Amino acid sequence: MKDLLKKLSETYGPSGREEKIRQVIAGEIKDFVDEVFTDPLGNLYAVKKGKSTKIMVAAHMDEIGIIVTYIDKDGFLRFSNVGGVSPQILLGQRVTFGNGVVGSIGVEKLDDIKKLTLDKLYIDIGAKNKEEAEKLVKIGDIATYDREAAVMGTRVIGKAMDNRAGCAVVIEALRRLRETENEIYAVFTTQEEVGLRGSRTSSYRINPDLGLAVDVTLVGDTPEPPALNVALGKGAAIKVKDASVICHPKIKAMLSELAAKHKIPVQMEVLTAGGTDAGAIHLTREGVPSGVISIPCRYVHTPVEMVDLDDMENSVKLLTAFLSTSVKMQEAFPCALV
Amino acid sequence: MLLIKKLTEAYGVSGDESGVRNLLREELTPYAEKIETDSLGNLYIKKGIGKKPRVMVAAHMDEIGLMVVGIESNGLLQVKTVGGVDERVLVSKPVVVGENHVPGVIGAKAIHLQKPHERKKPLEVEQLYIDIGVKNKEEAEKMVKIGDYAAFLATTHEIGDNCLIGKAMDNRVGCAILAELVKEDYDLELTAVFTVQEEIGLRGASVAAYNVHPDFALVLEGTTASDVAGVEDTGYVTKLGGGPAISIMDSSFIAPQKVINFLVETAKKLNLPFQLRRLTTAGTDAGAISQAHGGIPSAVISVPCRYLHSPTSIISLDDYENTLRLAKGVLMAIAEGGLSLEGFAEKIK
Repeated sequence: MKDLLKKLSETYGPSGREEKIRQVIAGEIKDFVDEVFTDPLGNLYAVKKGKSTKIMVAAHMDEIGIIVTYIDKDGFLRFSNVGGVSPQILLGQRVTFGNGVVGSIGVEKLDDIKKLTLDKLYIDIGAKNKEEAEKLVKIGDIATYDREAAVMGTRVIGKAMDNRAGCAVVIEALRRLRETENEIYAVFTTQEEVGLRGSRTSSYRINPDLGLAVDVTLVGDTPEPPALNVALGKGAAIKVKDASVICHPKIKAMLSELAAKHKIPVQMEVLTAGGTDAGAIHLTREGVPSGVISIPCRYVHTPVEMVDLDDMENSVKLLTAFLSTSVKMQEAFPCALV
Repeated sequence: MLLIKKLTEAYGVSGDESGVRNLLREELTPYAEKIETDSLGNLYIKKGIGKKPRVMVAAHMDEIGLMVVGIESNGLLQVKTVGGVDERVLVSKPVVVGENHVPGVIGAKAIHLQKPHERKKPLEVEQLYIDIGVKNKEEAEKMVKIGDYAAFLATTHEIGDNCLIGKAMDNRVGCAILAELVKEDYDLELTAVFTVQEEIGLRGASVAAYNVHPDFALVLEGTTASDVAGVEDTGYVTKLGGGPAISIMDSSFIAPQKVINFLVETAKKLNLPFQLRRLTTAGTDAGAISQAHGGIPSAVISVPCRYLHSPTSIISLDDYENTLRLAKGVLMAIAEGGLSLEGFAEKIK
């Protein structure tokens, strides 16, 4: 899994420009599923046919980035953010465009670091002037952090662990999954970082009985941390709530019971801010009972995001168990009480 | 010129678009195969029914404005904003209130009565009121009621070098272009949708896109031209006179690269000036349309507009004409198969 994660992490794929990462993931899954297709928003669907409950499992494949808004006469590029990008984190970074062009993030003369905003920063792609720059990039091109993933024991450090770690978990689960009654729609969604957009249209298209998102979550196990229960290396996290979704109690219970039964270490996650694809899925059509398996991740939205391979392995086990479990929808989620 | 003058001078604050809708309906009845409205008030004009592909072109009819929320004993009207109103532009502007278009003015304490510190801060809407020239509450209640909308009152006229000044350019300029588009024939099924309630959250477009479920959607808008004093050229969103603005990303929508390329190529083939919209905030109907059903490939073309959301917005008529030409060119090119719509959803296995 670490090689897969490294490959996914290093692949380019900011929100709205997911072609490359989509191709890589399609290559990884197509031998293990019955159908693979895409839709107008660029979501990638992998279907394992079944006769019973239709389960959608979503992992977003987009990453945050920066978008070129202006090229000045000296060839410097001004930019805006795509998703939650911090100017402080960008300082001193190397970024890359989809076509291989690499640039440094530079900063205007600044008296007070507290006054650092995105419009004080620029991308320097080494062009001598506007004409040269325009041969390499154009307005609207999106760059991501340029970073190789490093493996330190069970920990992997790199960019876009949010949410290539989730993608890797879903890919691995698809590979391990035996025949089940359930019909499984794994969706590698687009544009999550700009507002859960891919999951909104893909869940409408699928109209699933149950929804499950796999995404990273914040941790509270570092020096002077925020008050969060989740820690790196302590297992897969079962989401209780975040700002986008309150997970269905029955799905939460199913995940907890499966973890106990298969002796998979898990931790409960209550996230006060932030959202994930389940936020869109559970409000689709007449409502879809939804839950989330989260992978603990330190330094989210930086180029040095850190995840633990054991947490990922446990997430795969939990996901595989969930997808293999027969769910009688009428009994488990009765809609009519009489 | 005449149609855009009529459209911009009509009143249609979000939720109260009937004035604009009636005008468009009358104008376009001779060209339509079918005309419909829905429960939110969107207006649909259909042509080429049954042809493929099915293209929706949308422009929102609503404008920002005010709503009466209280009447004081002295007959002054308390108001709240509807949509993104810049409170700094409100003072001393003439308005019309309610369905009878009762004239009034947005009043505030005159400068003689203001304390020095009051003069330094823009007035908030709570400190403003509409004065319709009555003596007391009873008299006011004969003319207006709580819940009435108030819209800017402004006439539209040409100024300077082929420019037009007036209110509600956002987005009657899009409506005018869409109306002109409807007057021509294309080898595709065209649903022109004049949407409601865009300014308060893309509401009309959400249900319209669900209703129409097109293969492709084009949104026509008025967008910020920020080539004005106090803005460095690094921060220009668009330039007045720079041609139609093609959207890449805003806070509601990211255009697919394929769609951007298609629009750029179409503009180049037609030798039209164009610009890429260089702001990544604000939203348009495309945000809602692109996410209807299982996702709809969408695009946005805008007419640059200075002083957006004010009663004195300025557009260039050259930009207007070139945006109309580009939109027409886009529909022609789609009819000729220039944009492969199948490619938006690929079967891999």
